[in-house]
Amino acid sequence: MLSLWVTPPDVGSGAVHAALLVDSAVLLLEQEIRDGSERYQGLQELFPAAARMQRAAADLCGVRADAPDQRPWLRHTAWTSDEAPLARAPTSGPESGSAVDDYSFVRVAGDGVHEIPVGPVHAGIIEPGHFRFSVVGEKVLRLEERLGYVHKGVERRFTELDPLEGHRLAARICGDSTVAYSWAYCQALEALAGLQVPVRATWLRGICLEVERLQNHLGDLGALGNDAGFAFGLAQFSRLKEELLRVTESVFGQRYLMDVVVPGGVAIDPSADVIARLSSVLRDIAARVRLLRDIYDDHSGIRDRFAGAGVVTPELARQLGLTGLAGRASLQLRDLRADAPWSPYHALTPTPCIRREGDVAARVAVRFDEVAESSRLTRAFLSDLPDGPVTAPLALPREPRLAIGLIEGWRGPVLVALEITAAGRIRRCHVHDPSWQNWPALEHAIISNIVPDFPLINKSFNLSYSGHDL
Amino acid sequence: MIKTLRTIVGIGIVSELPPAQDDTLRVREALQQEVLSVLGRALCIRHVDAGSCNACELEIHALNNPIYNIEGLGIRFVASPRHADMLLVTGPVSRHMLTALRRTYDATPDPKLVVAVGDCGCNGGIFGTSYATVGSVSAVLPVDVAVPGCPPSPVRLLQGILTAIRQSVGDRTLKAL
Repeated sequence: MLSLWVTPPDVGSGAVHAALLVDSAVLLLEQEIRDGSERYQGLQELFPAAARMQRAAADLCGVRADAPDQRPWLRHTAWTSDEAPLARAPTSGPESGSAVDDYSFVRVAGDGVHEIPVGPVHAGIIEPGHFRFSVVGEKVLRLEERLGYVHKGVERRFTELDPLEGHRLAARICGDSTVAYSWAYCQALEALAGLQVPVRATWLRGICLEVERLQNHLGDLGALGNDAGFAFGLAQFSRLKEELLRVTESVFGQRYLMDVVVPGGVAIDPSADVIARLSSVLRDIAARVRLLRDIYDDHSGIRDRFAGAGVVTPELARQLGLTGLAGRASLQLRDLRADAPWSPYHALTPTPCIRREGDVAARVAVRFDEVAESSRLTRAFLSDLPDGPVTAPLALPREPRLAIGLIEGWRGPVLVALEITAAGRIRRCHVHDPSWQNWPALEHAIISNIVPDFPLINKSFNLSYSGHDL
Repeated sequence: MIKTLRTIVGIGIVSELPPAQDDTLRVREALQQEVLSVLGRALCIRHVDAGSCNACELEIHALNNPIYNIEGLGIRFVASPRHADMLLVTGPVSRHMLTALRRTYDATPDPKLVVAVGDCGCNGGIFGTSYATVGSVSAVLPVDVAVPGCPPSPVRLLQGILTAIRQSVGDRTLKAL
């Protein structure tokens, strides 16, 4: 399952939508909802990841699923259980949301069991979320996540924007995946308009997406070394990442590629000489990373920390619907770039990088493999970059429509479902991060590991809070 | 081991000189002198994400890389607000982070500085003020320096931090070299 969302009946015809990936096609299921008090059949037994999506839909739209867990998920105290921000704006004063609610965590009882609450403010420079560990000694019996701290009202904000401006908000949903989100948004918008994007623009978008993948993988590989006590790794990889950020800025005018993907194409048409420079920097970085991989592989301390930590077996991964990079480290053979290639990936298709062990070491290995593959792919894009314009004018149809954008970002598939009204306004824009599928898997991965290994295991997934909390 | 050492020696020192302070980023005049007299050159920063999209965090991370080398200036990111002299706050302040942000501020010992980071931290950015967001850090805490940008570059961030503590570390480092 890719995603589940609700359009509340208050804003037109209400419906529950579920998007499924069947082979290389998206199957969109819809059930009409006439009245907000109507319940729909929950999908949590077929797709466990649906449970939280249904709870979030209840929080935001006021439409509930028939499911055992009726606790709020994204809602803390900024609005009440009677209010539904996507149906109508909650009444809020300056102090709204400042109260602390009493969320009913699942309690683990027994001799010597105690709880460790962590967050929302964590020890490092990372996003906020709450983790409740139930432990005996150092061993974790159970982890329960509580998210929603960075809920910013993104989906309501979309309905206030012009569809041709929405890509700017999409770019700021999850800063580390700005290309994936803005591309998915633009893909949906372009599908609504029936627009064929110029081929040079799609190739440049492909380059941006791969550069984003490389930036994140380099950052993660350094941070993972550091979490295993190998500061050398952080120093080396963060230096390489900085080098990549600087050359990215020289090509696209931005270190992180905010607002480069725009409706109808891309905002910048780089010249031939900066393209050549990017290509040579990528070759250098790939060579450096090969050396660093040898160092990581030869380091007994690193091997000891990585191997066998935070295992998600292929069987569990299949049941939970583990997706994207973490899925590929647990033998889930899915990479949309290869399975359902869109332009430019049908011209140059990457080889999916797969491992079966499902531990931290496997997620590190997939990142190393993908750095090599992405830099090869990007250089191939750069050397065969077609000529032509980089934008095309876009006109929206004057009828209500729904379209889906789907992009394999560095973390996994990012989905945008965009619904417009006859007046050309956004009626509903649902955005979905792969972290929705993978956060629950982290709760399983940590079981029987020790508390001090949590930062390492968590980092090996590197899931998004902002993209999830919306 | 030999590969590790060879890499370290081969690359050498890549750190660049820090930027000069920029007084246009300053929004409040109080406190600095008091903080400086207590701190000298050392400064401990606690970062708080109050609803950021994570882009600002990526650039804050970059301050720790060998090129910006913030630790080389005596400035460190710490794990607890109780160890901190400065809060570096990102995001449009989601309402669900209001309490955590206030408690973090209260847990930071006086005298303390607050630097708001990014367009969202300065004025709510594209998220603005809504049922879910307060709209700027200054609506919740007294802000000393605000660093705009989406996201601000590490150089701008460093400028903001140095401005808050009124240090032209750049000049001093130049002389020391």
